[in-house]
Amino acid sequence: MSASPSELLIATIARLLAGCRNVVIGNASPIPGSGALLARELSGGEMRVTILGSREYSDLTNGGVELFDRAAQGRVDAFFLGGGQIDGEANINLVGAGEYPRTEVRWPGSYGSAQLYFLVPRVILFREEHTPRVLVPKVDFVSAPGTSPAGVYRPGGPWKLLTGLALFGFDRPRKRFALESVHPGHTVEEVVDGTGFEFDRPALVPTTPEPEPRMLQLIRGKIRGEIAETYPKFAAGLAG
Amino acid sequence: MSALPFCDLDSLAAAIPDGAMLAVPADTYGVAMAATRALVRRAPKRLQLVCVPTSGIQADVLIGAGGVAQIDTSAVSLGEHGTAPRFAAAVRDGSLRVLDATCPAIHAALQASQKGLPFMPVRGILGSDLLAQRRDWRVIDNPFAPGDHIVAVRAIKPDVAFFHALCADRRGNVLVARSRDLLTMAQASRETFVTVEELVDGDLLADRERSPGVIPAVYVTRIAVVRRGAWPLGLAGRYDADAAALERYARAAKTTDGFRAWLDGWLSREPTAA
Repeated sequence: MSASPSELLIATIARLLAGCRNVVIGNASPIPGSGALLARELSGGEMRVTILGSREYSDLTNGGVELFDRAAQGRVDAFFLGGGQIDGEANINLVGAGEYPRTEVRWPGSYGSAQLYFLVPRVILFREEHTPRVLVPKVDFVSAPGTSPAGVYRPGGPWKLLTGLALFGFDRPRKRFALESVHPGHTVEEVVDGTGFEFDRPALVPTTPEPEPRMLQLIRGKIRGEIAETYPKFAAGLAG
Repeated sequence: MSALPFCDLDSLAAAIPDGAMLAVPADTYGVAMAATRALVRRAPKRLQLVCVPTSGIQADVLIGAGGVAQIDTSAVSLGEHGTAPRFAAAVRDGSLRVLDATCPAIHAALQASQKGLPFMPVRGILGSDLLAQRRDWRVIDNPFAPGDHIVAVRAIKPDVAFFHALCADRRGNVLVARSRDLLTMAQASRETFVTVEELVDGDLLADRERSPGVIPAVYVTRIAVVRRGAWPLGLAGRYDADAAALERYARAAKTTDGFRAWLDGWLSREPTAA
C-alpha cells in the first residue's frame, strides 16, 4: 500500500513533532491536525494536542484567548502557520496579493500569526502548493516577520517549511532556508523551479521517508475518524 | 436593570442602530445567525463589526447586504468551504474599511475595556505590516525593563455584544459554558443582545457547577429565544454546523447575483427552518 500525497505529509509532520509535549493546531489545518493526532498516538500519551474548532481535542476552559495566553507563557511547543505568500526570509502574508489595502486577491487575514510566530519555539510553515506565486522573493504584506532584530522579545519563530514537494529547515541567524529532503516522486529541479527565493541545499538531497505501514494503518483508520470531528470534508477525502 | 430583557427577534434586531459597533464571536462559539437574518431584514447601515477574533458567514452576509462600513478582524473565512466571497469583493471595490488585526490583539483590546483600562500590552506584532496601518496600536517601552519594546493596543468598547448562547433563566442570566470569550465580550461592551436556544426554570447562578459559565443578568440588555439560532453554523454541545447549507452559500455568494438570490431565499424562510 503506497502513501497518497496527503498521507506522506501527515506522516512527515508526525515525525517532526516527535518529542513535543504540547502541540496546538490552528484554523484551516486538516493535514497538520492529522499529523499531530498521529504523533500523539505514536507518543503513547506523552503529547497533548489542542485543535482549534474541535470539541474533542480542546482543553481550553477560558475561551479561545487561552491559546494565546498559553503561547505567551511558553506552554506551547509547536504550531503551524501557512500563508498565501512565504518569502525567503520566512516572512508570511495571510492578508492578500497586490497593493494593500485594496489587494487584488484577498485572503482571510492574519489570524494569530503576528503573536504566535514570535512565541512558539517550533513553528512549522505548511503550504501544499509549492509554486513561485506562493514562495516569493518578498511578500506583499507582512502578517508576521520571519525574524526580528536583537532586543525584540522573541523566543519563537520559523523552524521548518513543509510543502507538497519538499521539506526545508530555517536558519534564523542567517535568515535562510535549507532544503532537507524532497518527497518521493519529485526532483530537486522541480523544487528549484517552484521556489521564488534562493535557498541552501546539500550536494546530495535525501528523499523524504515514506510512512511506515503502522503509520498508514493509523492514518486510514483511527486518525481519519478523529480528524473528522473538526474537518469532515477533509476526512471524507482520505482513503478509508 | 429594572426591566426584564426579554423580547422577540425583530425587536432585538431593531434595537441595533445604524452605525453601531457590534462585537460578534467566531463561528464555533455561538453566532446569532437567526438574529442576523432579522437584522438584515431591516437593512442596517454603516455597522462596525468587531470580530472576536474572526468571523465567517455572518460577516460575509452582512457585508454582502451592504450593512457594514468597517470591520476589525483577524480573519474572515468560510473555513472548509473556502474564502469569504463578499468580504473579498468589498475589499477589492474599496467599499469596506478593514482594520486588519491579529487574534490576541482583539482579545486584549476587549480585555482592556472589560477591566476599565485604556490599553493592554500584547507580545509579538513588532515588525509586521499590521502595526504600520493601525493607529490604535502603539509601541511602548516596558516600564519595568527599558529597551523592551511592546505593542499597546487601545481598548475597544463595542456598543453591542451580539451572540447566540445555550439558554437563559427568567432573571436574564445567560449560560455560555466554556465559550468564555462571550463573557469577555459582554463585559467589554455597553450592551449585550443575545439569542438563546431556550428559557429554563430556576436560577442559573444558584447552580454552583454551572455558574462559572454564566453571564450575569447585569450585563445582558436583550434576550430573544430562538431554536437553532446559530444555523447554519453549529452551537457547541447542541448541534453541528450544516455543511451542506454552508457549501450552498459558499457557491452562491461567489457572484453578486448568486448572493442576491441566496439572500432572498434566506430572508423569506422561517427563522428556525433548516
